[in-house]
Order: sequence, then structure tokens, then C-alpha cells
Amino acid sequence: MSRANLLVTGLCAALLAVAPLFLNAYQVDVLNSIGLYALLALGLNLILGEAGLFNMGHAAFYAMGAYTTAILNTRYQIPVLWTLPLSAAVAGAFALAVARPVVHLRGDYLLIVTIGVGEIVRIALVNDVFGITGGANGIFGISRPTLFGVVIRQPQQFFYLIWGFVALTIFLFLRLKRSRFGRALNYLREDETAAEGSGINTDYYKLAAFGLGAAWAGMAGTLFAAKMTIISPESFSFWESVVLFMIVILGGAGSIPGVLLAAFLVIGLPELFREFASARMLVFGLVMMVMMVFRPQGLWPSRGGQVSLALLGKALKR
Amino acid sequence: MEEFFQQLTNGLAVGGIYALIALGYTMVYGVLKLINFAHGDLFTYGAYLGLTLLTSLALTDRLGFVAGVLVLALMVMGLVAVLGAILERAAYRPLRESPRLSAVVSALGASIFLQNTLMLIYGARFQVYPDHILPAATLNIFGLYLPLMRVLIVLASVVMMVALYLFIQKTKIGTAIRAAAIDQGAARLMGIDVNRVIMLVFLVGPALGGAAGLMVGLYYGQINFTMGWVYGMKAFTAAILGGIGNIPGAMVGGLLLGVIEALGAAYISIAWKDAIAFCVLILILIVRPTGLLGERVADKV
Repeated sequence: MSRANLLVTGLCAALLAVAPLFLNAYQVDVLNSIGLYALLALGLNLILGEAGLFNMGHAAFYAMGAYTTAILNTRYQIPVLWTLPLSAAVAGAFALAVARPVVHLRGDYLLIVTIGVGEIVRIALVNDVFGITGGANGIFGISRPTLFGVVIRQPQQFFYLIWGFVALTIFLFLRLKRSRFGRALNYLREDETAAEGSGINTDYYKLAAFGLGAAWAGMAGTLFAAKMTIISPESFSFWESVVLFMIVILGGAGSIPGVLLAAFLVIGLPELFREFASARMLVFGLVMMVMMVFRPQGLWPSRGGQVSLALLGKALKR
Repeated sequence: MEEFFQQLTNGLAVGGIYALIALGYTMVYGVLKLINFAHGDLFTYGAYLGLTLLTSLALTDRLGFVAGVLVLALMVMGLVAVLGAILERAAYRPLRESPRLSAVVSALGASIFLQNTLMLIYGARFQVYPDHILPAATLNIFGLYLPLMRVLIVLASVVMMVALYLFIQKTKIGTAIRAAAIDQGAARLMGIDVNRVIMLVFLVGPALGGAAGLMVGLYYGQINFTMGWVYGMKAFTAAILGGIGNIPGAMVGGLLLGVIEALGAAYISIAWKDAIAFCVLILILIVRPTGLLGERVADKV
């Protein structure tokens, strides 16, 4: 990273870190939502952006994590933050089990299967599967998380919990992106046959991307459950998966700064449009179209990504 | 037996509607390799335009039921077709050479835009088709009762599907569409105007979707501005089930999905209705990764 980049990144991070001191509770809450979506989108970026696997059912893994936390906390009084690794494990294992038989499907077929999985999970939650999900009403009375003896309840406190986690995620995923693992995923995205030909175990890497991305969604689910203290199936609808999909593609698939920027735009813009009242989603849809028409490679494509995405487009058009 | 028959015919009616919408997905995919996520919303426009024209022009009062509904259907199909062509021009053509997923996001944006336009015009509440227009007659076939509306829906969708099939298989323009779907570059070299083919596909697909919207309005009597998501998702499932890009596949997939759903809701559980459809889809894709009638393509090197 060049010095100028480092400076700008540091400045943005510092600005964000002091933001809660100057903003009201509502504005901080919006930032918290952006943070949660950023976490989810970073996880999805591994699957969709880095490995090129069309996943439009990410909300299912998010729901798995949130419900794991909610059930363990309300039934067995396990402290919320202790359930983080369990949520990750449950969501990851679920993703592996689901993806195993379908991961070899071609792009669009995988897309509809993941949409289907997302819907099946949501319907299962509404129908109170195994009698533990609370049906359409969901689960309420999730306790507040405690960190180092401090009970986290204010939006400002959640801000530091969520964005601290985002920062950690960015650090880890940047390392991962530059590792052998990250290169293997990119190779897989660019040309699966060539990747397999050069000795990359494609099924293994595809499943690993799915498992890891889903585990991250699971942990975001834990944070969401802790923040809301009430969760219900409607928070994990098809719409959530679509929003996450749009964040990753709009930002520039495979680009971590792009995904963060897009999370700010996609979650933040509708809040800014509040003055348009009922027309704000209309404006949102229009902005989405216009942005894609003028920046088809995404707002902030990853370096070298422009070339490779163009190649990807050509390969898929054949 | 009685219930099985009722559910089967109901499933066929719903399946016919799914098939008509699925044809729009599959035709666009065949030529452009694009999932037109806004297609479900064009279907909703069909339902709303049908309602507006029906109430404002009072066609059925002037022309009688059969001629009135026919004229209405033609008007709705024409209007939605124009809308589809505009959509292609505005949201998809600029992205023709871009990464494929960018066009998907543009399509999702278009879908949100179209949906919210409808909400602003008509309001968020359910809209109700006037019920005195429909013949509430019931046919009696060997002791089994069958609502006339259901028969007409199945009949109309089958007629449109057959017409489309003949158009694609037997006419010169249909041949051009098939050629563009196989290889755009080669089609262009043969003197086919691929842009016109794409425009045509975006006229025919939405026209069928609009007709399906009108049918839903007439069949269920209630429409909502968000229903395009649900029907669109089901129809897309149907298109994949049959093998996307394959026109007979979309027809078979639609009818099959409708019947599976109706029987699943009746004999397994109504609360799990939507999940059953997706479970069947996943099982079929595990066995046949390119759908029921999809070609078995090996990955090109």
C-alpha cells in the first residue's frame, strides 16, 4: 500500500472512530446497520467476489447465526458473545452441507439453488421448525452482551463492538486475499478448468469459500441478535440476500474497499433519501441502474480486477 | 379423488401462468445469457394495466365477456411489450459488453424502480378486480365440478404456448431468434440483425408475462404491487427446472411446478408450499444439473 493510500485509509478510519461522539443515537444506529451489512458483504465477497460463486441466499447463513445465538442465550443462558464461535460453526457447517451436492452447478443454476435454500430456511423458521424458533413471532428477550464486564446497550457502545469486528475482518480478509488461498479462489473465478488443470482442488476451495463466508455471516447474525434482542424470520428475507448481492457487485466484486463503500451507499442512501418519503425506494432503484450503467465494473474495482472481470465476462458469454 | 382432481386442475392453471412468465425469462436468457430480474414486475404491470383498462373502458359490458377479455388481453400485452422494449433499451443495452453480474444488479435496480412506481401510482394496498365481470359458471364433467375460469386459464396459456412454439420453430424470424441464441457472432455474419432479435425477444417475453398478470388478476381477483417478486421467483424456478434457455423446457417446468405446488400444499402441508417447490428443484438439479430438458453442456475449455 502506498503512503498516500495509507494516509487516506488512516484518516477515514480515524474519522469513523470519532463519529459517534458527534452524531445522535439514530445516526449512530444507521452506522451500526452499515457495519453489520459490511460484515455480511465481506463474507459474501469471499464467495461471490473472490471465488465467483453466485450466491443469492446469504441471508440463510445470517439467520443460522442469529438463531443459534438466540436459542442458546434464551434457553441455556449462555452469554451472547460466547456464542460467536458456535454461530460461526453452525452457519459454516450448514453451508458446507448445503453446498456439497450443488457446488458443481453452473453459475445461474447455483444462483437459483441458493435463492431456494434462503427461502427454505426462512419458511422453516416461520413454521417453527423443531419447535425452537418461535415461528413468525421469532425469539425475544435475548440478553445484552457484556465485554470486559461492561454491559453493551447504547448504540455508541454497539458501534465500537461492530466496527471493531469489521476492522478485524478487513485485516484478516486482506491477509487471506494475498495468501495462497486467496490466489486459488481468484484463479478458480477466472478459469475453473485451467485452475483444475494446474492442480487446484476446485471442489475443496469452492466449499472452503462457502464455509468461511457463511461462518462470517453467522457471526454477523450473533451481533445482530445482540443488537436487536428480538429476532424474527422477516429480518432474513430474500430481500436481504438481494441487498448483499448488490453491495458486492456494486462495490466491485473482490474489492474490499469497494464493498465497504457500497455498504455505505446501499444502506446509507435510503436513509438520506428519507425526505423523499415513499418515493425513496424508487430513487434507490434508479440510482442502482444508473450506477451500474456508468460504472459496470463496480465503483472501486480491485487492482487488476478490471482486466480479469472483462475476461470473465467474455468467458461466460461464449 | 375429488380433491385430487381439483388440486390437479388448479395446479395446471397456476402452472400455465408460471410457464407463461418463465418463457420470458428463458427467451431473454437464451439470447443474452441475462437473468431479467425485472421480468416479474412487468408481469405485475400486466395485472395493474388490465385492472385499469377493465374498469375504465368497460370493455366487457360493451363487447360481451369473450370479445371484451380478448381485446383487453391484446391491449395489455401490447402495452407491457412496449414497456419491456423500453427496459431493454434503458437498463440492459448499455451493459451488453459489461461483466454479466453488472447487468443483474441493473436488473434488480430496474425491478425496484418498477415496483415502487406502481406503489406510488396505485398505493400499497391490494387492488381488487371487479367480480361481476367473470362468469362464475362451473362445468360438470362426469360428476366432477370444474370452474369455467380455470379451464379458460389453462386453455389460454396452452394456446399462447403453442403459438409461441410454432413462431419460434416455423417462421423465419423464429429461426433468427434461435440462431442468435446459439451464436450471436455467427448469426450476425449470416446477416441477422441481432439487436432487432434482442428487441423482439424483449417484446414477446413481456407480452406473455403481461398476459399472465391479467390472468392472475382474473383468476384470483386480488393483485398487489409486490406480487411480481413471488411469481417471478417461481417462474424463474420453473425455467431452471426445465433447463434455462430452452423454450419447451420452460413450458414443462411451469406446468410441473404448478402441479407439484398444488399437490404438495394439499397432501403435505400448506405452510410448507413454497419450500416444497424449491426442494423439488434442488433434488432435480442434483440428478440433472442442467434441468429436465436442458442440454448437457460440457464446460468449454
